[in-house]
Amino acid sequence: MNATDALALLPLFLVAGTAVVVMLGIAVKRSHELTVGLTLTGLAASFLSVCAVARLVPRQVTSLLLIDRYALFYLGLIIASAATVAVLSHQYFAKHDGQREELYLLLVLATLGCGVLVTSVHFVSFLLGLEVLSVSLYGMVAYFKGRGQGLEAGIKYLILASASAAFLLFGMALIYAETGTMAFSSIQNLSLDRSNLALLLPGIALTVTGIGFKLGVVPFHLWTPDVYQGAPAPVSAFVATTSKTALVALLLRFLAAGTQQSKAMFILFSVIAVASMFAGNLLALRQNNVKRILAYSSIAHFGYILVAFLAGTTMAAGAVAFYLVAYTVTILAAFGIVTVLSTSESDAADLEDYRGLFWRRPVLASIFTAVLLSLAGIPATMGFIGKFYILASGANASAWPLLIVLVLTSVIGLFYYLRIVVTLFSAVPERQSSMQRLQWGSAFVLGGLAVLLIWFGVYPAPLLNLIRATIGGLN
Amino acid sequence: MILILLIAILLLGGIFAAISARWSTQLPRWISLAAIAVDLLLSARLWAGRSLNASKAWYDEVDWNWVPNFGIHFHLAVDGLSFLMLILTLFLGIVAVLCSWTEIREKIGFFHLNLMWVLAGILSVFLAMDLFLFYFAWELMLIPMYFLIVIWGHERRVYAGTKFFLFTQCSGLLMLIAILALYFLHHQATGVYTFEYSELLGTTLGSGAELAIMLGFFVAFAVKLPVVPLHTWLPDAHTEAPTAGSVILAGLLLKTGGYGLLRFVIPLFPHAAHQFTPVALVLAVIGIIYGAVMAFSQTDLKRLVAYTSVSHLGFVLLGIFSWNALALQGAIMTMICHGLSTGALFVLVGGLQERMHTRDLNHMGGLWAVMPRLSASALFFCLASLGLPGLGDFVGEFLVLLGSYKVSVALTVFATFGILASTFYALRMMQRAFFGPNTNSWRLPDLTLREGLIMAVMILGLLWLGFHPQPVLNTFAPAMDNLQREIQMAPVALRRQP
Repeated sequence: MNATDALALLPLFLVAGTAVVVMLGIAVKRSHELTVGLTLTGLAASFLSVCAVARLVPRQVTSLLLIDRYALFYLGLIIASAATVAVLSHQYFAKHDGQREELYLLLVLATLGCGVLVTSVHFVSFLLGLEVLSVSLYGMVAYFKGRGQGLEAGIKYLILASASAAFLLFGMALIYAETGTMAFSSIQNLSLDRSNLALLLPGIALTVTGIGFKLGVVPFHLWTPDVYQGAPAPVSAFVATTSKTALVALLLRFLAAGTQQSKAMFILFSVIAVASMFAGNLLALRQNNVKRILAYSSIAHFGYILVAFLAGTTMAAGAVAFYLVAYTVTILAAFGIVTVLSTSESDAADLEDYRGLFWRRPVLASIFTAVLLSLAGIPATMGFIGKFYILASGANASAWPLLIVLVLTSVIGLFYYLRIVVTLFSAVPERQSSMQRLQWGSAFVLGGLAVLLIWFGVYPAPLLNLIRATIGGLN
Repeated sequence: MILILLIAILLLGGIFAAISARWSTQLPRWISLAAIAVDLLLSARLWAGRSLNASKAWYDEVDWNWVPNFGIHFHLAVDGLSFLMLILTLFLGIVAVLCSWTEIREKIGFFHLNLMWVLAGILSVFLAMDLFLFYFAWELMLIPMYFLIVIWGHERRVYAGTKFFLFTQCSGLLMLIAILALYFLHHQATGVYTFEYSELLGTTLGSGAELAIMLGFFVAFAVKLPVVPLHTWLPDAHTEAPTAGSVILAGLLLKTGGYGLLRFVIPLFPHAAHQFTPVALVLAVIGIIYGAVMAFSQTDLKRLVAYTSVSHLGFVLLGIFSWNALALQGAIMTMICHGLSTGALFVLVGGLQERMHTRDLNHMGGLWAVMPRLSASALFFCLASLGLPGLGDFVGEFLVLLGSYKVSVALTVFATFGILASTFYALRMMQRAFFGPNTNSWRLPDLTLREGLIMAVMILGLLWLGFHPQPVLNTFAPAMDNLQREIQMAPVALRRQP
């Protein structure tokens, strides 16, 4: 590893350095504002360095990490969403007593794990990144020791994540036994329809199980609603966006060439996609808890992403990237709203907390409406362009049955989004819960997310150009 | 540029109306009226400027690059067909603002925001010449309409609004898939990625693909029109919406379905549409008779009027799929006249509801003595609805029947029974509501000046369309000539008996 290699890794070094600085900062002076400030400064520096190293790439750093435009695009997305989560956490934890500062330490570490995931081209770095991410998340999900739901969610996540990591390791072992190497490229070079199938196919299937768990797709989705509900709202946002983005980026890299043409893999992913779309949307229908609804809807959304992924044409990578950006912006805004409305006793998760919100806080309710319409894929929001892109890549590959399922299930999905919208606009209830003051930081973040949501929904060309310039290189 | 202004003025007017509600309850109404009036003036300019560039296909157009990565353009254009729909939209827009003048007392600013935005969405649908833009506007007009229903509607508004949204969204997504299929097949044939209407027009498609794509479009338009098995959202949505919502639903949203058939289904897929003709004609006749029978058996006045729409719009479908000039002219006349007569009936029923707080026919009776002016207007529009010669609806339906007679005598006979049935439901409604003894001893105020004005204008409009429909037909003529050319290009025998 020479100096240029080290320079190419600068974004990751900066995130890791931020973790150290934040830790030392907490040791010197325990201050919520100071910790948030350090975190944001570090993440901002890292984000800038992503732009700065763009001209050095592509560069393979050891056999573990590959820094290319693809990795940098997702790195930028991950760091930006982590910074958003940090700002939201500041609003959320401001009203809590006790030790709040360590959350940011865990947040930065989890971001580092995600960063390693999107740059990794080797099973070792994959596992390292995944474990750094998972271990930080255990702590973040169960951050409120006093709340029963939080502890339950943390333990549930811990047990299931460990089990899935075991599956993943076993899968890696099988692949290694067959190929004798742990680099992703070894799988891509193999044809899956030969005699080596006996070890390789179970190996890949078990690896996919591990990834599928983190993505929360059916049938590995059972943890999602409980963790989303039990975790503090900003942490749910992180679990929903940053960690899943990193895993999708890795999955695309893992299976970039060849494997999805294999019939067995195609069927496997089709079943997962169709089951996720149906289960996510159907299970959300009868929920009255906004965080649980968002959890089930995220199951469905990753089903949609898999449809684009299955289409496997040159459009697919771009469609997935756009959809992930749209999904990240939308979900961060959604949990931002939940964060802003939460009180120190409990999160604003019950549908009743939102009744008549439009007549009390029109701006917040308008943003939330835009978010829900974006999730439903209604025009003039990013969600629509994302869904359009996915449908286009599916149509390009003539995957008509999958597209019909997508359409039917998203109409089911529309029903529960509209339920929330109706609640927002219905009459104000007699007993009003006290309203939280909006900090300027979260106001700025929410406003920015809303502007992005509409701006790229109406005029997506700049983002599409960026994606074509970065992701396009993958194929 | 005028086309952009038309839409922008409505959008901005809505925003200003919403903001102005902070200071006054009257201001939003006046701002909305002013915005639509300015739009009407601009359309008059459009009309005046038309003769100058008669050589071109469009009166006016705007074509900007929007999303070059996908070949999407922001392309608005107006021809005779679009222009007629444009005028109808703005006219009914004014009616909608006026008829909610006293009905809407809460959340006035937000109401007018939604009203103006739904009008803007509908205008964009009528003007869009890029299929992506068309779909964009098609979906976008749903949201304000949805809010109009679920916030200011009647008892079962949430149910009705959600049903309306789900039906339209499901069919809309099928249309989006069809649009994408057309987009990629066009690319395969020519190597060009485009959503541009005029470029997609001559795309050569395999017959199976053409039929499948045509069905994707047809379902979306059939839900809006509505065609009978897909109509169930309509009675609920029309009944539960506030008066302005019902006027816009019946007068304009249903017309987007007819417009879509005329603009997209027939020209883009002439062969497949020909193959589909027998099915479409039978569905049309079923709709005509079913709507009339259902209307006859309603006791909710608003629901009754809603079902008459199903019946009348059946004539539009019949006319469009009869494949000849007379029937097409009839279809466009029916669309416009139905907008006026049914819109007026909804305004009247809204007026009754505002006074009596009921729409139940069983609680009415003898109202003529109480409110002679309102009752006389109701009689006029009932007569228009049952197809009295001299009024616009008669011209439209008569032309449709003349045209469809050339295609199928049997179906025309059945469709004529629909007109007969309309006599029954219209006269029953008059008799139950306005004649007979005033058993409930109603004492109600008659039409106000504002309501009288709406009625007078709409009566004059229907009389004008009934006695002198030629200007409308002339405006439609160039667009119809294009359709005729498409029809001649399709070699399938016209006189196919279903």
